[in-house]
Amino acid sequence: MNDNLMVSSSPHIRSKETVSGVMRDVVIALVPATVMGIVYFGVTAAIMVAVSILAAVLWETLYNKIAKKPNTVKDFSAVITGLLLALNMPALSFSEHPIAIFVMPIVGAGFAIVIAKQIFGGLGQNFINPALAGRAFLVASYPTLMTGAAFKATNFMAEAETYATPLASMKEGGSYGATLVQGLIGNTGGTIGETCAIALIVGGLYLIYKKVISWRIPVLYIGTVLVFTYILKLCGVEGAVSRDYTEIFFGGLMLGAFFMATDYASSPVTPLGQLIMGFGCGFITVLIRVFGGYPEGVSYSILLMNLCVPLIDRWTTPKKFGYVKPVKVKEVK
Amino acid sequence: MNLKTFKIGGIHPPEGKEATEKKPIEIIMPKEGALMVYPMSQHIGAPAVPIVQKGDRVLLGQKIAEAEAFMCSPIHASVSGTVKDIKPMLTPGGTMAQSVIVENDGLFEEDPSLGKNKDWQKLSKEEILDKIKNAGIVGLGGAGFPTHIKLNPPPTDKIDTIIVNAAECEPYLTSDHRVMLEKSDRLAMGLKIMLTLHPGAKGYIAIENNKPDAIEAMSEVCRKYDDISVVALLTKYPQGSEKQLIYAVTGREVKSGKLPASEGCIVDNVDTVLAVERACAQDRPLMRRIVTFTGDAVKNPGNYQVRIGMNINDFIEQVGGFAEEPAKIIAGGPMMGKAMFSTDVPFVKTSSALLCLTRKSAELPPESNCIRCGKCVGACPMGLMPLTLNQDALAGDMAAFEAHDGLDCIMCGSCSFTCPAKRHLAQTIIAFRGEVMASKRKK
Repeated sequence: MNDNLMVSSSPHIRSKETVSGVMRDVVIALVPATVMGIVYFGVTAAIMVAVSILAAVLWETLYNKIAKKPNTVKDFSAVITGLLLALNMPALSFSEHPIAIFVMPIVGAGFAIVIAKQIFGGLGQNFINPALAGRAFLVASYPTLMTGAAFKATNFMAEAETYATPLASMKEGGSYGATLVQGLIGNTGGTIGETCAIALIVGGLYLIYKKVISWRIPVLYIGTVLVFTYILKLCGVEGAVSRDYTEIFFGGLMLGAFFMATDYASSPVTPLGQLIMGFGCGFITVLIRVFGGYPEGVSYSILLMNLCVPLIDRWTTPKKFGYVKPVKVKEVK
Repeated sequence: MNLKTFKIGGIHPPEGKEATEKKPIEIIMPKEGALMVYPMSQHIGAPAVPIVQKGDRVLLGQKIAEAEAFMCSPIHASVSGTVKDIKPMLTPGGTMAQSVIVENDGLFEEDPSLGKNKDWQKLSKEEILDKIKNAGIVGLGGAGFPTHIKLNPPPTDKIDTIIVNAAECEPYLTSDHRVMLEKSDRLAMGLKIMLTLHPGAKGYIAIENNKPDAIEAMSEVCRKYDDISVVALLTKYPQGSEKQLIYAVTGREVKSGKLPASEGCIVDNVDTVLAVERACAQDRPLMRRIVTFTGDAVKNPGNYQVRIGMNINDFIEQVGGFAEEPAKIIAGGPMMGKAMFSTDVPFVKTSSALLCLTRKSAELPPESNCIRCGKCVGACPMGLMPLTLNQDALAGDMAAFEAHDGLDCIMCGSCSFTCPAKRHLAQTIIAFRGEVMASKRKK
C-alpha cells in the first residue's frame, strides 16, 4: 500500500476558476453588443463577425502548428480577439465590397493573432491589445473602408445616404446629429459593436459583477472623458464648446473602456496602476477627439497607454505589509 | 458582532471541516509490541542528544533526550518499554534523523517523578520557563519553535499581548476547534500561566467566526479571568498566520523581517497552550498531541489524541484505514501541509493533521501562461506581486527577487490557490526563497 503517493509542494488545492472560464465570461458579456450590431447592420455584420472569429482561431492554430506549440484555442482568447476585432470594424455593404468583407477580417485577425500576440509569446505576453493592433493595421491598410465614408447607416435610419457618425459630425459640423436615446440604443452610425451603449454597459457590469475586471479602468476612463470634455468646454476651447455629456455614449468609448482597456495582458495589475490607466486613456481620448485630426480617439489612446503599462506597474507596486521606510541606503560594495 | 480580520489580501478556500468538526477527540494508544520512534529533531534548532542506551528500560514520561544547545528541546518517552536501537530513521518531513526506538511493553508504567509538582502558582518566572523547557514543548501548530524561548524574548521587547492562535484557518483541520469545545477550562488556564510570565499583559483567544460554538464556549470560560478575552475573527485564509493574526487582534503591523515580540506580542497555537497547562498544572511532559485525520480517502475521519512516536501506518490501521486508496497524504492542511512519500514514519511534535486525498481530489490541473489578471496580487496577504516573483524565480534572478520583497513571503499559498492559469506561483517562490536565503547565509 501507498507505494505511489503523489508528492508536490504546497498548496495542494486550487480554486475552480480557469482561464477559459474567465474568457468565456468575456464572450458572454460581448453577446448583447454583438447581437445589437447584427440587428442594426444586418447580414454583412454577421458575416464579418463570423469570419473574424474563425480567422482568429485558424491563425492561432496555424501559428501553434508551425511553432510546434500546444494549441491554445481552447482558452477562448483567440475567439475574443476575433470578436473584438469584428466589433471594431464597420459593416460594409455586401454589394459594393464583396471581397473586402472577407479579406479585411482575415488580414486584421492575422495581424492581431500572429504579430501582436503570438510572436511575443502568446496569451498574457502581448504588450498591446491584439484586437486594437489589428484594427490599427486595417486603418492603415484600408483607410477609406475603415473610416468615415464607409460607415453604414443602421437599418432603422431614414437618411441612410448622407449619414456620418455622431463624433464625425461633431468634428465637421459642430453637432452630434444624434440624440442621447439614439446613442443609448445604438441607432447611430459606427462600427459593428460600438453603437449600442446600453448593450455594452450591461456586458461591462456583468464582467465587474463576475469579478473578471475591476471597476477602476472603465469608471476612471469614462469619468475622465466626461470631466475633461467639460473642462475644455468651459474653457471655451473651439472643438469642445458644443460637446456635452452625451459624448460618452457615442463612438467607441464604452466598448474601449469595458472591453479593450481592461485587457489583462496590456493593462496594469496593481490597483493604483489601473486608476492611472483609466485616467490616461480618458485624457488622450479627449485630446484626440477635441484637438486631433480624427473624430475618434479610443483605439489610439488605449494603444498608447498599453505601451506605458510596464512602467506604470513598476511605479505603482503596492506597499507590502510591514513596510518600513528605509532609513539609510546602505552602500553595496 | 464586530469581526476583525487582517489588512490586505486573503482567500476563501472550501473549508472541508464538516467531516470532522462534530467528532469528539478520541484517544488512540499504541499497541503492545509496537515500535515507537522518537526523532531527535522535532523542532527548529539543534537536535536533542539521547541520554539512554540501547537495551535500557524507559518509563512513560521519562526524558530520553536532552536539550544541550540553546535553541533545542528535550524529548520524552510516551510509553514504557525497552530501547531497541538508536539510529537514523525516516521522519514525516521526508528527511532522515537520529532516532531513539522504543518497543512498547503495553504497561504504560509511569516515571514516578511525574505529577509531583503541580503547584505552579508558587513557582517563579524562571522556574515556570524551566518547566516548559523540560517538558519539551515546542510550537505544535507546525513550526516547532521551542516555546520557552518564544515566551522569554529579549528584555528590550516588552510583551503586553499574548494571543492564542485558534483561527484554524487551514481547510479540513478541526483539532483546535475540538480542544476549545472539550478542554475550554484547561486552554484558558494554559493562557493564564503564560500571562503570569509577563505581568500586565492581556490574553486573547482569537477564533474565526466559522466556529460559533467555540467562540461561545471560550467566552463562557473567559468570564472567570479579567485579563483574558475572546476575539471573534472574520473567516478568511491566512488568518492564522502570525503577522496577519497580530494585525487582526491588535491592529499592529509587525515590521518586515521582525518577530512578533518586536510589537509586544506572543502568538501560540491551541495545542501548545494546552501542553503548557499540562506541563505546569499537571506536571506532565509533552507526550501526546491531537491530530485531525481526514480527507475523502479516509474511512473514519475524526480528531484523535495520539502518542508522539507512534507509527502512522499503525495509527491508520487502528482507526479503520482507508475507504479508497489515497493518492496523496499530506502532513498538515491542504494549503501549507507537506505531501508525504511514505507513511511508515512516526507522529512527531509538529504533526497537526493527516489529510488523505483520493486521486480525483489530489490531481492538480496543468500550468498555462500567466494572463496577468492580477488575482494573485489581490490575494497576497503580504502585499507582494506573486506574478513578478514567479518570473524572478524562473529567471533565477536573486537580486530582483529580493528587490521585489520575495523574502517577505509567508508561504501561505494564496497566490497559487487563486491563479486561474494554475501557475505554480507559491511553489516556485518558496523554493527560490530558500535558495536566496541559503546564499545570503553563505555571504
